[in-house]
Amino acid sequence: MKSTRLRKILSSLFVAFCAASVIVALVPLGFILFFVISQGVRSLNVDFFMHMPKPVGEPGGGMGNAIVGTLILTGLAATMAVPIGVISGIYMSEYAGTKFASIARFAADTLNGVPSIVIGVFAYGVAVLPFKQFSALAGGFALGIMMIPIIARTTEELLLLVPGAMREGALALGASRSRAVFSVVLPAALPGIVTGAVLALARIAGETAPLLFTSFNNRFFTTSLKQPIASLTVQVFTYAISPYEDWHRQAWAGALVLVSLVLICSLLARAATSRLERMQAR
Amino acid sequence: LKTRDLGFRLGTGAFALVLILIVGAIGSELLRQSYLSIQKFGFAFWRTEVWDPVAGQYGALPFIWGTLYSSVLALLIATPIALGIAVFISDLCPGWLRQPLVFLTELLAAIPSIVYGLWGVFVMVPRIRALEVAMPDALRQIPLFSGPPLGVGMLSAAVILAVMVIPFTSSISREVLKSVPPAQREGAYALGATRFEAIRATLFYARTGIIGAVMLGFGRALGETMAVTMVIGNNPKISASLFAPQYTMAAVIANEFTEAADPLYLSALIEIGLVLFAITLVVNSLSRLLIWSMTRSAAVVAEPIEPVSEAA
Repeated sequence: MKSTRLRKILSSLFVAFCAASVIVALVPLGFILFFVISQGVRSLNVDFFMHMPKPVGEPGGGMGNAIVGTLILTGLAATMAVPIGVISGIYMSEYAGTKFASIARFAADTLNGVPSIVIGVFAYGVAVLPFKQFSALAGGFALGIMMIPIIARTTEELLLLVPGAMREGALALGASRSRAVFSVVLPAALPGIVTGAVLALARIAGETAPLLFTSFNNRFFTTSLKQPIASLTVQVFTYAISPYEDWHRQAWAGALVLVSLVLICSLLARAATSRLERMQAR
Repeated sequence: LKTRDLGFRLGTGAFALVLILIVGAIGSELLRQSYLSIQKFGFAFWRTEVWDPVAGQYGALPFIWGTLYSSVLALLIATPIALGIAVFISDLCPGWLRQPLVFLTELLAAIPSIVYGLWGVFVMVPRIRALEVAMPDALRQIPLFSGPPLGVGMLSAAVILAVMVIPFTSSISREVLKSVPPAQREGAYALGATRFEAIRATLFYARTGIIGAVMLGFGRALGETMAVTMVIGNNPKISASLFAPQYTMAAVIANEFTEAADPLYLSALIEIGLVLFAITLVVNSLSRLLIWSMTRSAAVVAEPIEPVSEAA
């Protein structure tokens, strides 16, 4: 039997280790945010948002086309993923006990774990190769595939949170199941679902790997869905691995825009969910 | 009324089917596209060390090695830290600190991979290079630290992967710890256990779920692309050295896919994607199963008051 003193020391060491590991994880976070903000702010200006990339060697220029590209790509992804995700989420929560729902849930989790680069290869096979053309549509498709499982699972979880009495009340009044879901249960969970969709969008907007060989990149401004299109992430990647000082500067600015996007979305989502929780507690 | 409900069920079910079909389509499409390479090389593809597209030689062993080595190293670094965080947030920290800490660790997961990569290239790699330069010559004789101090290489990749994996492992572990019945902890304290001993008993009770959480982190590390591509050095050479630039499966696809003009080259890259898909599928399914069995059995056990037989 170890002495009590030894056991107490061991215990304190363990508590210290746990506290230290929190600090160890937060140091890189602080480090990353510090560099992205300090380096990014220095090179962020109006030109960055309004101008096109300049040719190599000419300083200046911006990522206006890439910002528009990212908006188009995430818009396409949402158009595809929100209906599929929400409706399959409805199925998974309404028929939660069925075998088919479990399989669908498993498929969603599996899809969520598929590496993004693999999704890119898949999208290349079905949306680029047949048309022999990199396109915004193919990029949006790849991002949409990544977004579906996130939306489906969020919808499912939030629908399950809606009090059963609400659904039962609607059914008792003679509403059909679809009526009960679409007019009573879904509206009750809607704020949460919207929050989930915004978070999913933020995550998708930061993806690079699925876009490398689907939407590819474009030096020029375009809104055509059938053409290759620039995106913030691919542009940051291209600039970061280039040997030019001025491009590095712009890559940091791009990273700052991406991180701000993620930060704003997470904060909004947090505010919204805490409001939801308070409403439910009432 | 019955038929309308059936219509609703089938209608929404069709969308759920889409989810299942997508997973199937990914597998079959990758298999179809990599047919050329599978037919030509067979299993030799995974035993060959030479990757030389110019000479038409395709061997994927260096990528398998790089992927596994970097992911295992990342896990070795990340697991103790992630568990420490999970325990701290669930058991040790004061209530007011809990929500902010959860938010901050989740933020770590939300930062885009490309931003990690950018930071890695311009901030972390130079520091790791300095560390490598400062390494005494005596230690350099060990194969683990051999090779020129480039900065980019296995060590940089493992460190950045570890940072990226920590939030995943720690948040799942926290869920798992939450599902441990309070009686476990209380019982240990009642027997006069110190904090460490009580938490150790909890961790032991939750071991299945914890292993699941660690495996889920492993799955993430295996497929991580951009940040690793930017710091690992991209050199298809098998080496045990932490300083050597190496290559991963995801990185080779990201770097060479658009350059692969030759159909066989493209097919070989897609085969690498296929195997990456298969590996992550197995790892993720297993980990989900472990986590699920843990949280489910915990929910069952939590209800009735039973004599605790396996308290450590």
